[in-house]
Amino acid sequence: MAKRDRMSGNEAVSYAIRQINPDVMPAFPITPSTEIPQMVSTYIANGQMDTEFIPVESEHSSMSATIGAEAAGARSLTATSSAGLALMWEELLLAASNRMPLALALVNRTLSGPININCDHTDGMGARDTGWIQIYSENNQEAYDNFVQAYPIAEHKDVHLPIMICQDGFITSHAVENIELLEDEEVKNFVGEYEPEEFLLNVGKPIAVGPYSVSNYAMEARKNQEIAMENARDVILEVAKEFEKLSGRKYGFFEEYRMEDADYVMVIIGSAAGTAKQAVDDLRAQGKKVGVLKLRVFRPFPAKEIAEALKNAKAVAIMDRCESYNANGGPLGMEVIAGLFRNKVMVETVNYIYGLAGRDFTVTDVYDIFGQLEDLVENGTEIEQFQYIGLRK
Amino acid sequence: MRTDVSKINEKSPHQDLTEGLMLFNAGTTKEFETGEWRTNTPVWKPDVCKQCLLCTPVCPDSSIPVVDSKRLNFDYDHCKGCGICAKACPFGAIEMKEGR
Amino acid sequence: MQNFNLKTMMNQPERLAPGHRMCAGCGATIAVRAVLRGLHQGDHAVIGNATGCLEVSTFTYPYSAWEDSYIHNAFENAGATISGVETAYKALKKKGKIPADVNYKFITFGGDGGTYDIGFQSLSGAMERGHDFLYVCYDNGAYMNTGIQRSSATPMFADTTTTPAGKCSDGKMQNRKDLASIIADHDVAYVAQTTFTRDFRDIHMKAEKGIYTEGPCFLNVMAPCPRGWRYNTEDVMEICRLAVETCYWPLFEVDHGRWKLNYVPKKKLPVEEFLKTQGRFKHLFKPGNEHLIAQFQAEVDRRWEDLLYKCNREYND
Repeated sequence: MAKRDRMSGNEAVSYAIRQINPDVMPAFPITPSTEIPQMVSTYIANGQMDTEFIPVESEHSSMSATIGAEAAGARSLTATSSAGLALMWEELLLAASNRMPLALALVNRTLSGPININCDHTDGMGARDTGWIQIYSENNQEAYDNFVQAYPIAEHKDVHLPIMICQDGFITSHAVENIELLEDEEVKNFVGEYEPEEFLLNVGKPIAVGPYSVSNYAMEARKNQEIAMENARDVILEVAKEFEKLSGRKYGFFEEYRMEDADYVMVIIGSAAGTAKQAVDDLRAQGKKVGVLKLRVFRPFPAKEIAEALKNAKAVAIMDRCESYNANGGPLGMEVIAGLFRNKVMVETVNYIYGLAGRDFTVTDVYDIFGQLEDLVENGTEIEQFQYIGLRK
Repeated sequence: MRTDVSKINEKSPHQDLTEGLMLFNAGTTKEFETGEWRTNTPVWKPDVCKQCLLCTPVCPDSSIPVVDSKRLNFDYDHCKGCGICAKACPFGAIEMKEGR
Repeated sequence: MQNFNLKTMMNQPERLAPGHRMCAGCGATIAVRAVLRGLHQGDHAVIGNATGCLEVSTFTYPYSAWEDSYIHNAFENAGATISGVETAYKALKKKGKIPADVNYKFITFGGDGGTYDIGFQSLSGAMERGHDFLYVCYDNGAYMNTGIQRSSATPMFADTTTTPAGKCSDGKMQNRKDLASIIADHDVAYVAQTTFTRDFRDIHMKAEKGIYTEGPCFLNVMAPCPRGWRYNTEDVMEICRLAVETCYWPLFEVDHGRWKLNYVPKKKLPVEEFLKTQGRFKHLFKPGNEHLIAQFQAEVDRRWEDLLYKCNREYND
């Protein structure tokens, strides 16, 4: 039986963590994810869950301890944001290469400098090539639902990779919205018991984790890791299907919003998709054929499926909430365009940078962007690539 | 499934390696013969040896087996010939010889 | 604690297998073997390890020298990693996933680079949080794995590759950090400093105590490195003896805050007896450098007096 409530994104994820009741959670506070370890600690203090919480002295140590606990045979997780994720960087790679199916609740925040606590995707995107599965959420409901699906994906025998469930700092993490929650028992059954085959504390069956490897093995190990990431595609969809049976809520690699006959499409990640959808509704009311492709799964990157979804569009706006300083656009822009080219879908694309360090992104911005796409297609007007939306000039 | 290191070598295809290069086994270095590194070799003289065992904890290579409180001959498959044992012996029961 | 008897101790099955790729004569594996003998038979262990010589040479895929479960994560996080393992043990025991009669112990090894320097924060955090484990630093006084660069454990005037002795340099300019005291100031359960003595009683007793004392424990083991210190491999035991007899490396322990000296030399030898055994101090014996040895001696004396003061404090029971 679904339960209706009102919660912030951080509350929703903490609620999911309580329902999953993992074995070990090391964490170090950082805005805007701090509430998650606070809320989990409170649940533990009140006897509502019995996870062992480790108040580590840094994020590097939180990921290190999470890896140690997971290798020991415990279902483990941590939460962080921004500089915390950056400090973990080395350990993110190790969590993946050691094939640890642990989870991380990422509350997206920009990286310094200048130091700023607000949302953009610089942290998550910076970790895009660390070997983690990355799932982004538009709102509190999705943050909750994605977290409930995290372990069944990560722990699947064909995957065994760490998973990062992302939500936008403050916009999602601190805004209170209506939410539909599953019953504790439903979540418990959906996620299941963690029963690893091999682990450090397996009595009489010692293992060794984290070797030095000569070149003759390291490249083969990377290939195996890459195969696991490919395998994650099917597993993510399977788990989503099971989750739909339980919750009635449907998930895939991305959501197509009013895309069926759309000439102009905005590809976007996270909470700003809500703004884009509102603008699309407004423009549709004016007879404009516009739509939104909201990307949920960034790793593994569903290039083929995105290309297929965009093949009938006339022009696509690709929205990056992250500057990658390659003087050639944002990470989402690069990957979507490469995916289109590879699949021979030759639609016009414009890559935009928006919402850095919490800069507002409004429906008016979306109207303007769709206007530019139309101008490009109808009048052949050259549109500036990598425009900063909302920049004072 | 426990790892059989005899089936993993530098020619193994990627499918044959263990997940995350974890080793589902223990003590497998025994299969790796570091005795080949030796340039000097300790020779044990059982008739001189008083079995005080002072030579045994100083070995960095676990190459002096002890059974029932008595040392046996060197594990030459692994002894690297560092000579610490010879110097630790108070009775001259270990002599270093040049070569392997 | 079990009574110490070398002959009985050496009957224990080896928990560090031969065939690892540490250099011939390495002090680190002598230390590891001695520490692991402190584990009681029948008890299980998970061994942690910071990146360093010991790690890359004892777990070179697919060969592991460890007979117990083993985890290496990275260089600077051995303390945090074992925190996770130890906490997992608590969690799984609580949930009945590990049988109640099964006993696991947690021992982490790090060199002085991974312990004094890059791993210091992680170690300090793990100590302060009170995890039940033993951290063992095999202290060879430099970053040996990367090629003998100075660390904060390097003694003053040592010739290392980043503090080379030369026309304008006497070697390392600073004194070594006293890590055992710093960890003792965390008010942890047990801290000890040791090295190899003739019958290995001192290191054995301390390892066993560190493994079986509840709470965070720390063992600092001077483990000479023939390459970095520049001596002939067979001389290690003599060098360790001189380190202790000169009071360069005193044997002491701090048991729940109580300092105790484990050995007082009958006649404290001048520190040059220790220094002259190693090539890294060779430049100190050039004519005109007598004042450097005097300076080194003064620091050894000062620290020895300080240790005597700590150990002679009266405790009110």
